[in-house]
Amino acid sequence: MELTGSQILLKSLALEGVDTVFGYPGGAVINIYDDLYDSSINHVLTRHEQAAVHAADGYARCTGKVGVAIATSGPGATNTVTGIATAYMDSIPMVIVTGQVPTPLIGNDAFQEADMCGITRPCTKHNFLVKDIRDLARTIKEAFYIARTGRPGPVLVDLPKDIQINTHKFSYPETVSLRGYKPTYSGNSRQIEKAAKMILASRKPVLYVGGGITLSGADDALLKLAEQTQIPVTTTLMAMAAFPQRHPLALGMLGMHGTFFANMSVTECDLLIAVGSRFDDRVTGRIDSFAEKAKIIHIDIDPTSIGKNVAVDLPIVGDLKDVLGKLHGCLNQKPELVEDLVEETEDWRSIVVEWKERQPMTYRSSKSVIKPQYVIEKISEIADENAIITTEVGQHQMWAAQFFAFRQPRTFLTSGGLGTMGFGLPSALGAQVAYPDRQVIDISGDASFQMNSQELATLVQYKLPVKIVILNNNYLGMVRQWQQMFFEKRYSQTVMELPIDFIKLAEAYGATGLQATKVEDVEATIKKAFETPGPVLMNFKVSREENVLPMVPAGKAIHEMVLAS
Amino acid sequence: MKHTISVLVENEFGVLARISGLFSGRGFNIESLSVAPTMDAELSRMTLVTRGDDQILEQITKQLNKLISTIKVVDFTDSEYIERELAMIKVSTDSESRAEALRIVDIFRAKVIDVTPKSYTIEITGAPAKINGILELLRPMGIKEVVRSGPVVIGRGTKGVVG
Repeated sequence: MELTGSQILLKSLALEGVDTVFGYPGGAVINIYDDLYDSSINHVLTRHEQAAVHAADGYARCTGKVGVAIATSGPGATNTVTGIATAYMDSIPMVIVTGQVPTPLIGNDAFQEADMCGITRPCTKHNFLVKDIRDLARTIKEAFYIARTGRPGPVLVDLPKDIQINTHKFSYPETVSLRGYKPTYSGNSRQIEKAAKMILASRKPVLYVGGGITLSGADDALLKLAEQTQIPVTTTLMAMAAFPQRHPLALGMLGMHGTFFANMSVTECDLLIAVGSRFDDRVTGRIDSFAEKAKIIHIDIDPTSIGKNVAVDLPIVGDLKDVLGKLHGCLNQKPELVEDLVEETEDWRSIVVEWKERQPMTYRSSKSVIKPQYVIEKISEIADENAIITTEVGQHQMWAAQFFAFRQPRTFLTSGGLGTMGFGLPSALGAQVAYPDRQVIDISGDASFQMNSQELATLVQYKLPVKIVILNNNYLGMVRQWQQMFFEKRYSQTVMELPIDFIKLAEAYGATGLQATKVEDVEATIKKAFETPGPVLMNFKVSREENVLPMVPAGKAIHEMVLAS
Repeated sequence: MKHTISVLVENEFGVLARISGLFSGRGFNIESLSVAPTMDAELSRMTLVTRGDDQILEQITKQLNKLISTIKVVDFTDSEYIERELAMIKVSTDSESRAEALRIVDIFRAKVIDVTPKSYTIEITGAPAKINGILELLRPMGIKEVVRSGPVVIGRGTKGVVG
């Protein structure tokens, strides 16, 4: 029996295990939507294509599955670009299907035509324009394979309308054969033995862990290795949930807004073990002073990440789960040497503890005005153990990273690489679709929230009980902070002069709105929101000119921090 | 330092844009680029000349390898290889210079491939330095146009770079 292109697409999605897609219909995907009408695949209608991609991204981040989004050609497709670039920078596995004008019209400036393969080439892991229905099933198979293997990433499939309508016999390929794509999973044993030797010879080692650890599912392997060797662990923004932040070996985040003790540990260490991290400029500060005294081991599945920003002493290319497992095994064979290591690094750990005590992650508390950090601390206290936190981008995002005690992997969804404002609400939506019974909390600022606030409608329509926390300072807070510190308080275009009535906004969509203006109301507001069914927006009027500290000014070394006190 | 890199890629829609986009997006420079099909109908070969220090070249080869459409990347710089470029040169001639032009063509073992009363079009193949050499000598006569293919390279010895 012959199937239409859109039926082949949906059958292929089902065979890839896709049960939920996020999207927005339009002329160039109307056939797909017609077939979706009869399909068992669950479709979530967002109110903007960017939000559909962020939602699929949030779904992917918290489940580890490939997120899928659908948009129409032209403006629908170009609206997905920010979402795709966000996923690309954070290596999130996704397949985005965009409609395209019929093949005979491509290149003619047809109505709602945009060259999506051209536009997304630099922000996808790979992309496809399907020009022949005979290639369709194989293309979908390859798209999913590329998205989820190696260093994951978004893959775009541009599907012209005539291909959706044409018919062809459906057979889904069992295997994928891509001559130019063969990721290295298995770490080189000799390199791993060398790494074990370097670890055993170190006296001041630090593990510097990035988002790759969760992408590989190696969170447990990391915990095992850290506990075996008693090496302190600092995590990037992308990896805050990859290591339990209440663990005695946890140093919290490093970099521009990292903890004093994480940045000092990296500056003073004699061995830096970089695991699934990429020496991003927000992490390293002035690059030539970063971990200046240390030998560097860099473990990553992507060879281009290694040696890109920092010269390393020992590169290991491979899947972190494989490499960390082997490393653990290698050290296990030398229990006495490991025991020596733990003993010999006792002093180092006590220096780290001393830094922690001298300069803990803190802020000046207040009884008269709500401190944003206090709100985060309270949420951290009250939220469920397995609550999923999403954020937008800015001050609130850094405070969430600094003051929320993350407990489980895949519970902190934040746009790290691209830094996309407007990511938090739609990604929370996606996470709540994936886990209807878990607490999902979007920590937001008043400016960021307005970038995708239309998704309140989606939350209400699908009865998704996302709890939204707005740390409202009526500023574009992070930019204001820079203007205060480096531009003589010239607050150019960062004052959000119109005070939005967020409660009315929530109510307009049929959600619940709560507000707290006094410190003593914070806890009750959070509790009430968590008890209220359905989506709830909490508006916290916080101290307006609070700054995110510590801060490493641009161009400075990471030990040259401006501290909280 | 100058590097000549041979890249075998899938012979498919948009692959040239992937390669050139990678170079422009990451701020690498391309001095020349030539693309042609290979014996394997599914593959094309690109030969490109770029400049950079060791760290940049390491990134260039790694990034090229990372593209899904790339099958193989070989940097010939540290190996024995033969480099050839083709140029077609349209040079003005008058009664005085015509004989001299032909002498130069002869010395460089080039060929005249088109003649008019006022010009010669010359074809020459060789290493880029040889082409620069003939251009230098022809320049005083007045060069109207030069079309160069950009160099292509092949390794010495029996081993071939194939997919």
